[in-house]
Order: sequence, then C-alpha cells, then structure tokens
Amino acid sequence: MATLILEDGSRYAGTLFGRKAEVTGEVVFTTGMTGYQETLTDPSYCGQIVCMTYPLIGNVGINAIDSESVGVYMKGFVVSELCDTPSNWKCEKTLDRYLDEQGVTGLCGVDTRALTRHVRVYGMLRGRIVAGEPTEADVEAARAFVLHDQVARCTCKAPYDLPAGGEGGALRIAVMDFGLKRGILRSLQARGCALRVYPADTPARDILADGCDGVMLTNGPGNPEDNPKSIETIRALMDERPVFGICLGHQLMALAMGGHTVKMKYGHHGANHPVKDLARGTCSVTAQNHCFMVDPQRLPAGAQVSHVNWNDQTVEGVRYTDRPAFSVQFHPEACGGPRETAYLFDDFLDMVKKEGARHA
Amino acid sequence: MPKKDWIHKVLVIGSGPIVIGQAAEFDYAGTQACRVLKEEGVEVVLVNSNPATIMTDTDIADKVYLEPLTAGSVERIIARERPDSLLASLGGQTGLNLAMELDERGVLQKYGVTLLGTNIDSIRRAEDREEFKNMMLSIGEPCIDSVIVHDVQSSVDFANEYGYPVIVRPAYTLGGTGGGIAEDERQLREICADGLRSSRVHENLIERSVAGWKEIEYEVIRDGAGNCITVCNMENFDPVGVHTGDSIVVAPSQTLRDPEHQMLRSASLNIISALGIEGGCNVQYALSPDSMDYYVIEVNPRVSRSSALASKATGYPIAKVTTRIALGYTLDEIVNGVTGETYACAEPTLDYVVLKFPRWPFDKFVYADKHIGTKMKATGEIMSIGVNFESALLKAVRSLETGRDCLVTPQLEALSDEALQERLRVIDTERSFVVAEALRRGASLAGIHEATKIDVWFLKKVQNIVRMEQALRALPGVEALGYDELLAAKKLGFADRAIARFVGSDEETVRQARERMGILPSFRMVDTCGGEFEAVSPYFYSAYGVATETVEAGKKTVVVLGSGPIRIGQGIEFDYCSVHCVWALKRAGYDTVIVNNNPETVSTDFDTADRLYFEPLTAEDVRNVLAVERPVGVVCQFGGQTAIKLAKAVRDAGYAILGTDLGGIDTAEDRELFNELLAELGIPQPKGTTVFTADEAASAAAQLGYPVLVRPSYVLGGQGMEIAYDEKHIREYMSIINLNVQEHPILVDKYLLGREIEVDAICDGDNVLIPGIMEHVERAGIHSGDSISVYPPQHLAPRIQRMVTDYTVRVARRLHVRGLVNIQFIEHAGDLYIIEVNPRSSRTVPYISKVTGIPIVELGVRASLGEKVPAMGYGTGLYPPAPTVAVKMPVFSFEKLPEVEVSLGPEMKSTGEALGLAPTAAEAYLKGFASTKTAIPHPEEGGVLFSIADHDKREALELAETFAALGFEIYATSGTAHSFNYNYVGAHTVPRPGEDTDALAKLLDSGKIRLIITTPTHGRDPQRAGFRLRRMAVEYGVPCITSLDTAKLLLGCVKLGKQAEDVPPLGLHDLIL
Repeated sequence: MATLILEDGSRYAGTLFGRKAEVTGEVVFTTGMTGYQETLTDPSYCGQIVCMTYPLIGNVGINAIDSESVGVYMKGFVVSELCDTPSNWKCEKTLDRYLDEQGVTGLCGVDTRALTRHVRVYGMLRGRIVAGEPTEADVEAARAFVLHDQVARCTCKAPYDLPAGGEGGALRIAVMDFGLKRGILRSLQARGCALRVYPADTPARDILADGCDGVMLTNGPGNPEDNPKSIETIRALMDERPVFGICLGHQLMALAMGGHTVKMKYGHHGANHPVKDLARGTCSVTAQNHCFMVDPQRLPAGAQVSHVNWNDQTVEGVRYTDRPAFSVQFHPEACGGPRETAYLFDDFLDMVKKEGARHA
Repeated sequence: MPKKDWIHKVLVIGSGPIVIGQAAEFDYAGTQACRVLKEEGVEVVLVNSNPATIMTDTDIADKVYLEPLTAGSVERIIARERPDSLLASLGGQTGLNLAMELDERGVLQKYGVTLLGTNIDSIRRAEDREEFKNMMLSIGEPCIDSVIVHDVQSSVDFANEYGYPVIVRPAYTLGGTGGGIAEDERQLREICADGLRSSRVHENLIERSVAGWKEIEYEVIRDGAGNCITVCNMENFDPVGVHTGDSIVVAPSQTLRDPEHQMLRSASLNIISALGIEGGCNVQYALSPDSMDYYVIEVNPRVSRSSALASKATGYPIAKVTTRIALGYTLDEIVNGVTGETYACAEPTLDYVVLKFPRWPFDKFVYADKHIGTKMKATGEIMSIGVNFESALLKAVRSLETGRDCLVTPQLEALSDEALQERLRVIDTERSFVVAEALRRGASLAGIHEATKIDVWFLKKVQNIVRMEQALRALPGVEALGYDELLAAKKLGFADRAIARFVGSDEETVRQARERMGILPSFRMVDTCGGEFEAVSPYFYSAYGVATETVEAGKKTVVVLGSGPIRIGQGIEFDYCSVHCVWALKRAGYDTVIVNNNPETVSTDFDTADRLYFEPLTAEDVRNVLAVERPVGVVCQFGGQTAIKLAKAVRDAGYAILGTDLGGIDTAEDRELFNELLAELGIPQPKGTTVFTADEAASAAAQLGYPVLVRPSYVLGGQGMEIAYDEKHIREYMSIINLNVQEHPILVDKYLLGREIEVDAICDGDNVLIPGIMEHVERAGIHSGDSISVYPPQHLAPRIQRMVTDYTVRVARRLHVRGLVNIQFIEHAGDLYIIEVNPRSSRTVPYISKVTGIPIVELGVRASLGEKVPAMGYGTGLYPPAPTVAVKMPVFSFEKLPEVEVSLGPEMKSTGEALGLAPTAAEAYLKGFASTKTAIPHPEEGGVLFSIADHDKREALELAETFAALGFEIYATSGTAHSFNYNYVGAHTVPRPGEDTDALAKLLDSGKIRLIITTPTHGRDPQRAGFRLRRMAVEYGVPCITSLDTAKLLLGCVKLGKQAEDVPPLGLHDLIL
C-alpha cells in the first residue's frame, strides 16, 4: 500500500513497484496508448511523475531497441494495471524489473483516470509518492519541490560524432542536446546527415569552429528560461546557420529571438494531437510532450506562427521570415507516436542545402 | 473547405435486409448520415427494403422508399425524385455494389447524379483483387504472395519459393470445398489435385499461409483535402484464420509495441491516401508474431461493421464524419460531439479496454457446423467495456445471453483430458471456453499457445479469471468471502451469481454481503480523450474500485432496457422499438437512459438517449444502473425477451415498471395461468398438455392425435420447437431436448393446420387500438418470423376479422396491458384459436407502423405513461386498413451456414426481412420477392425442379400443371416425377443427391433450373436426400421454396408477367396522402 499525495492534499492509493523509493516531482499525464518505453526514456520528463491514462501498461515488456535515451529521467511512473507477464517478440524484461534497474519508482493499481481528471481541472501539481499513509510533511515536501536546471541533468557531457546513415555527400548537422530523443538523431542519420552532438552549454564559436551545414536543436525538459547560456548560443547560431528546433529547441529559439514562453495548465502529452500546418493547409496527428509553450501574443520580430494545435489553438510551430530557421513544438521524429510530420526533417535539409548553395 | 453548395437533394442507399455479415451496423450508419444531411439542410431521399430500421422512418429521411435494392428499382426512384447526388458508402457492400452498377449502366450520368464521398474509380481499385494488389505493390504495401495454378507442379514450385504452409483455394467451388492448408509437399500435391478436380474451371489459388499471425485492424478516415487519421486500432484474440466477424476483438491493440503500431498505422494512412478514399475505411493486416513482417489482408473502402464497433468503442462517430466529408467538409472543420471542444482531426484515445464478442446462431441450429474460419457465421455481436481485459471478457460473456455468466461450460468439464487437448486444436465457437477449461486443468500457457496460436498475453488474462474462480471455489463458504477477495473478484468482472456458485451460495446472499462491505460499482465516462478534456455526451461503463463520474440524474428519469445482440428471433426490430421508446419519452418530457450492449445499433448511439450505459443486460448489471439513476420508471416491453425477462428483477429491486405490470406479463408467459385466462374468457386454444418424460409425451400425443407441436415451456423465438408426426419423432425430440437439463416441462399441443393471423395492439388497460391485422401466407407450422406476412389480410372473412378484434380487446384488457401486446391466432375450420400472447412489442411493429402511419411505439409509451387511447387521435378497435398492400418477406442466410436445414418449420431461421409495398397484393409480392433476391422465373430461361414429400404430392401436382401450362420445363426427382407423369404432367426425372450427385450438380450449375420447389419429409438427419438437395440449391444459388403456399404465391407473380421494377416505386409519403 502506497500513496501519491498531491500538493493540494488529494491522495491516490496504489502499490509500489520498480525501485520503491519515495520520490517527489511534478505530476503530468500522457494519453499515448502505446510507447510507454519511449515515454519512460524521453528525457523531457526529467523531474516529473508521469501518469499513463491508458490502463494496461507493461504488456510488451521492455526491450533493447525502443529506448529514446540511455535511461529513465522521470521520478515516478504511475499506472493503473501493471503487466507482469509481458508478451512480445522483442521483450527482454518486465517493466517492474526495468524500473528497479533504473532506480525509478513505480506506482500501480492507481485510479489513473481520477488522477488525470484532477490534473485536468487543477493543472499540473507537485506530488510525492510515499509508502503507506502520507503525512503533512509529505505535502510540505511536495509543495517545496522546485524543478530547475533540468537540461543539465540530461545533456551529454562532451561532444560526440555519429556517421550518416545513407551514402555519400553527407550534410553535417550540429545537434545541440538538451535531453534529446534518439529518434531525432535517427531521423537525420537516415536522411544522410553526419551528426556532431554538443552539450547544451557549448558556446556558439566552438560549434561553428567545427564546421557544420545546419543546426538541430533538440527537445529537453523543464522551463526554457532556465537556459540562458544555451539561448545565447542559439542567438549566435541563428545568425550563421540554418536552424531547426523541436520542442524545447523550439521554445529556446523563440526566447533567443526575443519572444516569450509561458507555462501551460497541464501541457500536451500524448500521440493524438492534431496540428495544422498553416502553409500547407493540412492537419496531421502529432506526438507531443511539453508543459511550456511559445506565447503567441509576444512573438519575436520576424517570427510567424506556422503550425497551430487544432484542439486549443496554441502555437505549435514558428517560421522566421528573416532567416533560414523554423521550429515546431511537437515531435516529428515520433517515437512513440505518429510519423506523418517527418517531412519537416526533409524541409530542414532542403533549407540547409539551399543555404549551402547560396553561400557556395 | 465549407459544404459543397450545389448539394440540395441526396439519395441515400441502405443495406437492405439483415443477413449474416451485414446487420444493424448499417442502420446505425445510415441513420447518422440522414441526420447529418438534414442538419445541413439537404433533402434526403432514402431507399432501403428493410422496414425494421430507424433510417426508413419518415422523420429520419424526407422521402422513404421501401423498395427493392436493384438497379432497376433505384433508377425509377432517381427518375422520379431527381436527386443531385448519391450517398452509397453507408449502405454496406449492397450500397457500394448498387452504386457501381448504377454507374456502369450510365444511370448516374443520365440523370446528372454525383456520387458523394469516395469516387467510383477508388471503389473499384479497392474492390478489384488484381487492381488492388497492383496498387499496393506500387506504394510498397505487402500483400500475401499468391499464384493462380492450373496444375499441381506449379503449386509445388510456388511453395518451394515462398515456403510452407500454403493455402489452396480452388476457384468456383461452393462452400469452400476442396481447399485446405498444406504443411508440406506431399500434402500440397494431394490437396491441390483435389482442388483442381473440384474446381469448375480447373484452377487453384495458392497462397502463402499466415494462419496464426496476429490479426490487426485499423479504422481510418480521410477527407477530400487529404487529411487523414486513424480512429482506432483493434487486435483479434483469434489469430489470422478466423473471419474478423467471428473473432473476439479487443480495442486498442494490446500486444503491439509502438513501432509495430506506428508501422501499421502509417501503412493505413498510405493506403487510404493512395486509394483516394473520402470517408471511413477499414484496413486489416496479418502481423508476424516474431518479426516486423506484415501483409495487407483486406481493405473495405466504406463504413463497415468494424467502424460501427470503433465508433462505439471510442466515441468517434465515423458515419457522421464520413457524411460531413461527403458534403465537402474537412476533418479540421468537424467538431467532436463528445467533447464539444475538440475536432474530428484528433485521434481518439482510450483509457479502458473494449471487447467485442460474436453472437452465433448455434443455439438454434443444433446440427450445424460450429467451426469458424474464413466465412462469417455470427448473426450479431456484443461489446463490453472494462478497466481491464478480464472484466471486459466476463461482461461480454454475460451480454451474450447464452446462459453463461463465467467461463465454465459443463459440456467441456465432462471431456477427458485427451479429448480436451484435441478440442484445443479445433477452431470453433467454443474456443475461448475450451482454453479456460484447459487452464483450469493446469495446462501451460505455452502449451495452449502452441495449439491455438492465441497470444500468451490473452491466455494469461483468461488464466487470471480461472485462478480467481479457483480461489473462490477453495473458500469454505460464503462466510469466508472477505473484502479483499470479493473486491478482487468484482474488479475482474465476476458476476455475483457466478461468485455465489463458486462459493456455494446464492446471488442474493453475495449481493447483500457485497453491499454490506461497501463494494459498489462506479460508472466511468467514455469521452474519446482519456480524460484530457471535459466530455458533454454522457456515455458510461461500470467498474469497481475507481471513482464514479455519473452526472446528476434528472428529476424524471426513465430507463429503457435494450435488446442485446442481434440473433435469430430477436433482431433489429427491437432496437427500432427501443429507440422510438426513448424518443417518445423525451417528447413527453422525461430524462432518458438506455442500457444495452449491441455496438451495431442506433440505440447505442451516444446521442439517442440522454445517457447511455454500455452494460450486460442481466439482473445484477441493470440493477447497478438503476441504483445510480433512481428512475421513476423502467421500460421492459421494447427490448424483446431480453428486456421482458428482466421485469421481475426490476420490480424486486423496488422500481416501477412502466407499462404492463408483472402480473400481466406472468399470465401471458406462464402456460398454466395463460390457459386459465383463455378458459375464463371463453377463447379457444389448441388442445395441449405439459409433460416431462418421453413416455408422457408419447401418450399425450397419441391422445391429442398427430401431428403435435412440441416445445419447451419457456420459449424464445421458437427455440426448440418441432412438429411431430409420429411417436418415433416425439422420442427423438425428447432425447435431444433432455440433453440440456430440463427444469421446465415440455408442452405438447395439437397442431392445427390452419391460417395464421397476427396483431399488434396498443392498450391503456381498458381501450384497445389495433393498427392492423396481418395474415400469414404459409399455413401454421412455420414460425411467424419465417412466414410471409401480408397486410391488410387478403383472405380473412369479415367475421374472422371481427373475432380477431374482439379476442384482442378482451385479452389485452384482462391482462391489464398498458403499452403493446402481440397476439397470434390460427383460423382452422372456421374457428379462431389463440396460440400465443406476448405482452411486449414484436418484430412486426416497425413495418405496421410504417404502412399504417400509426406511431405504434409512441402510442404504446404514452399508454404506459397513463394517456388514454381514445385521446390519441387514432380511435379504438381495428384501424381502417390502408389502400396499399404491404408484404413482409423473410430473408435467410443459409449460404453462410453449412449443414443447416433449409426447409422451414416452427423454429425460426430467418435473419432479416424485406418489405414489398404496392397498390395490389400481386405487385407487392413481386417487390417482396425482388427484395429477397428471389428471381421470378421465366419459361424461356429454364425450368422448375420439384421434389415433394408424399403427403404434399397431390397438392404439388396442381402447381406443376400450372407451371407446365405456362411453358416451363418440369424436372422432378424420381418419386415426384413418377407421380407427375402418372397424372399426365410430363416431368424429366433428375437424380436425387446420393443417387448421382455429380449429375445433379451439373444440372444445377447449368442454369437450366430456375426454381426448386421441395417440401421436406420429417426428421433432422442431414444425410437425407431432400436436405442435401436444398443445401445444393443454396450453394448453387438456385431459389429454393420449401412450402407449397409460398410456391403458389410465386406462381401468381409469374402469371403477372412483370418484373418488380415495372411496378412504380411507392414512397411512404405516398401512403400518408
């Protein structure tokens, strides 16, 4: 018997699994029905306690190939029914064992729909998973919890290179790692790009000195305003190279250009969000995972909203008219989630090639 | 894109009569379509020959034509109505085929009619096997490797290249004879040679076998601008090899990783885009269980049974959105009606498990082949929703109404271990229960998986149920049932009744213990979005151990109990009645609630009632809903036997039954009370008695005089009824019926060979309105649901009609009917007898409502609410007959059910019905036959084959004479031919099956026989020649008539010298004028 206690005192009973340690974090829910392994290993959830709205979790176990990063960055994982007898040809271990190995606390047997509805009404709340009955001190601990500098926990320690997946004439793309999902790297590699991945605090001059044709800004966790050094770097890079930003990368670009970001009530987390590409006039289903968004009222000069979330009309993409740069809030690399916006990587590389030709 | 502004008048094609594979889901789809069209200000002209549908109501479409769904008839409607567009993609395969035919004939072009939604070329690309395969190849989507061969060696070459096993499918053989799966070359050579021999064109299709792979389906929707989404994916519990309509299906998929799901999801979007579908579409895949290999099995370029299921499973109304797309809207312009704030371009997400379980007709067809495979056999299905798989499965088992409330089957418990092991490899309708029994005996998951290929994940869930069952059995008694055990059992979906049996107690004791412990169900909302947004369309399912979300109940709530899955004897008519009941209650100012579990229907559309509960229709489940809703009344008379059976439970739980009270219901249903009632009223009924043993039955029959009608005392749709002609027959019947434990007595009645008459009446307890009298064409002995029924009566003397009215009024009053009552009579030798009284709505209510213009259900509801019949504006007594003749024709699905006897009897066999509507009876029959695809034969096209039982030979002679006089060649089997020739009617003698089956087959295949008239001798033995002849008729598609009365009717149509399309179309609006 364990409890998730929220900062407003509401409680959700369950049973511990995985590491079974008491943890504190920000509670969010995600509505994706498949891809819990991808969700677990998405560094953007760093510091959070993630509730799965789909009730049967662990059905396909955990395997060696579906992880989006080296491990799990979230604090806690809340599910309704935990499957202890997974079935899939790739399965190597149970979810329970994996979370134990990763040192992450799981809570199962929870009324996840009730929790989700609570977050929907009251917004993201901080919470604490405790064994047994929670005390007032646990509520205090939840209230005292602050998420800051999450990127530093997830970014790589030193630059590294990845070869192009395709043949010859590779474009060289510099990737700024804010807590990246491997799907972004795979999407670029598959399109024939040679990648050099940089820690989030790398100065622009170092990146430019290495030579690259374009810059990819990845996803990552936390409040975008926590990253002044990266913002500085991005501002400089955007003057020199074509840039494509995803998720946190998208928010950082807006900040770098003088725009603003705001925290959302409960964010967008799932694989079913409709996004309209205003230039193409088409609507696509996208994977999303963010708690902050670019403020449409205070866009930087030269920025245009290019994509809109069709559920709530929030900003999903920005195009910079005065320079070769664009960004999206959702995840065109999918993993998990729908793949139909992968064309954005092609758009980016077309932009890189066009810029290259212009400068040649 | 806004609506196309040139669309003003749309012709919508329905799917016609209910047959296996095409059921109520198209009434749901068509009704949604019509409502959208009307909302958009478009005039709707509807054509559908099925009168039992909501879509054929005059308040759903502007003009309704209950006309045959043939190109000729539809062309006449187009010529009369001049619609600017046609919507065909919501009428199933019937609608799609008709649209293609109208296009091919140039009708659409001639009248300037535009096909809305997916265009003809796209439909053809999806439907044509070769074109489809090429299209898939061109976009890189894999289809199953196959080759067409004309010799054995080519098939071996193919198998050597692609690997074993391979499936051999002979071309143009009937009933799938001659094919099979070959595991190796020796088997292949054998099966292939067999197949070539049995194929008319000496041709086999050899296909790589993916039997045992996972079967996964996607429901996809695309708009005219190219936006597309998947509404839902579904995984079949039964691996590839079983038709998805016969599979247990779960949504969403459970054993797929995200990369596997996304691979198939992306493929679905590619396919729908490449085909250029505009609207809903279903894609089925076979997915390897141990690699990323997959094949596209099938694409349905239209709304389907699966899309009805997906709509109910997710809350996303596919048919509605498809219609809006057809009008020109794009997905980002269409609002999600459930949340009211999101759009149709967002994919639904589920936070529960949905399970579909097929409902098969084998409780009726005892001797039929219960194997399931590539041909669908289920007549209907149920859907259940749970927070886990186990509870969804157990709810499903309860919803089926097959007498089971858990996974225990006594017949399987009786099998030896070896026999059970064998049974595991048999793929039949009992499969999931066989798995449970094997697990109960300790079989390993791996072992069962090896035998069945069912994914271990599913097997484990079944094992969880079995283990709970065993834990409960291990308890010393109900006193030992603690809070934790009970809550755990309820969370897994166990019914109180099942728990009681396992712990050796009774349902009431367990229920009271449970309520004392505070273990009560909660109700959760289905909201399309996993709780992310607030929902406004309240649609609920029950769960234990979670928070409840019910909205505040209205002040004046009425709960309407639905009719569950579509089965023979209880079809779509009862859904029609339930929906009309809800509408009438709404109009009367009540807050309405529906409880039902059939995903195909209009009643389970989440905007039919104010609140919808998707639950099993058992006493416990219904009681739970009542406890939350606290209704002022519960309606049990519109949901067929399913609902009426719940009346007692409703009353015992302390709720008021709206309409006829329990006393009246009991009197009608209980044999003894009913006899007393008729005796008291001085109304005759056929003499009869009740017995328990075969000896008693034999002596009773001898006393009454043969033939006698034997049946169980509580009856559902003529189940287990038979006419016995001699003692041997009686004893055979009693031995079959006693296979099942018989706690109720058997009824033995004198069988009167008379004319059957039927009425539906509305009664307020005192005053009675009879909208019309129906007369059956076939004499008594054929179940009323299988007889051709004609309104107004064509042969009834005014005296008899007055007696019918008089008896109806007296019975209805005496039973204190408040609402509807259905009474069946027999006229025999100038006397009128009552044979059955049903204190509820019946299957004839929709059609009589439509042709008389009397809203029978609404009046019934108003009478239940206390309104007096004379105040309703239709008078009392027998309503004056309409100047039109309406003929209700039964429709059968024999081609889907091998080994089922085709001849008709007291047990109902039809799956649906069609209507013929015309100014004269002969023309109405003509249309009726056209709607049931019974071609009227013409002497230049071929002859008539007779095979007649001895007791019918004299009567058949007259028929044969007339056919011969009209110029038909007469064929007959030896005995019949002898009898005809002896009486100077020349007949070619043809062999009977068994004598020279090949020669007979050749004759049937040649097209020389256009009609077969065959009356059965008695008995059920499938080996009999008559039985085999009738089966061959079905398999060769030759119309086969098994009653001389029907044959005479058809002969009348032949004499008319017309085709149905020569008779002008008659709309329901024409009748009202």
